[in-house]
Amino acid sequence: MDTAVTAKKKWWAGGYSPFNVNYGKLMMWYFLLSDAFTFGALLISYGTIRFSSPSWPDPNEVFKSFPGMGHANLPLMFVSLMTFILIMSSVTMVLAVHAGHHRDKKAVAKWLTWTIIGGIAFLSCQAWEWTHLYHEGAWWGRNPFANVDGTVASTNFTNFFFTITGFHGLHVTSGVVLNIVILINVLKGTYEDRGHYEMVEKVGLYWHFVDLVWVFVFTCFYLL
Amino acid sequence: MEHTQSSEIIEPVHHDSSTKKIWRTFWILLGITIAEVGLAFLHLETGFPNRMFLNGIFVILTFFKAFYIVAEFMHLGHEIKNLVMTILMPLLLFIWFIVAFLYEGHSWKNMRKDLAPGTKVEAPKAPAAEGHEKHY
Repeated sequence: MDTAVTAKKKWWAGGYSPFNVNYGKLMMWYFLLSDAFTFGALLISYGTIRFSSPSWPDPNEVFKSFPGMGHANLPLMFVSLMTFILIMSSVTMVLAVHAGHHRDKKAVAKWLTWTIIGGIAFLSCQAWEWTHLYHEGAWWGRNPFANVDGTVASTNFTNFFFTITGFHGLHVTSGVVLNIVILINVLKGTYEDRGHYEMVEKVGLYWHFVDLVWVFVFTCFYLL
Repeated sequence: MEHTQSSEIIEPVHHDSSTKKIWRTFWILLGITIAEVGLAFLHLETGFPNRMFLNGIFVILTFFKAFYIVAEFMHLGHEIKNLVMTILMPLLLFIWFIVAFLYEGHSWKNMRKDLAPGTKVEAPKAPAAEGHEKHY
């Protein structure tokens, strides 16, 4: 990493990274790029099927429950809470990265812990939502919800919902595992000895990506 | 070791205010989400913004949120142009991807509707073709 960046710097002349980041971080970006296409493919196939269907279940009818509220009609409330939790955990992750820049070990550990708690809270919410839908009769291959126009819906709706939110949940799970791994390393002083906390930044990129995907899942499944 | 210090040297102003910036981004994201949910409720209660218009707004707001997450949280807005381009250029494929596939889906819907068994087909040419066939 060169510190003297002038306007005329020849980025492609060799001797330093033309992207001004080191290898690990660049590869994390490329991995996320490929993952973006994976999620993109899933969401676009969902969109294609939805566009090809004469009618589709109304998300406000399907996702209207809230834990402990019985049969109250509360569309969007629970998923808004989930969104809030995930955004919040993204913020604590940036704060961990920020503390890493200042090599503040205690602060990094604190914010990482909050991020892990946020991730687990999100997964718990998703587990509740899945369980609830399962008890309503929804699962892969089963769809109890009718279309907006009153006709019987195909199982496309539930298949896509469980596949895509499940794939996202899997990403959140591996994100939580990665966060726990780097938290252990932070506490062990691995990054302190290394002299920098860049690993927190790399895992942070992954964590924000998971949040980014959720933004699209939220729009595609709950709003549109 | 060099790296973490270097970013501070490149952007000395940025680091001081960055926790403030993090929270600002958080409030923007939260604000947009609340606006989305608010609009959805407005639609549920009054049916006011019609569905197509509302969906358009949702998509635009989603891209705003995506922009803030990528630019601020993932810090891409503060990286050099080379890195930004190597990430964003491949994403242009999504334009084709989305347009082509949604168009395809829409076309399937029309075919299902127009070509479903029992659908009346306008067939002015059918008898002519039949008559023609007898010559063979």
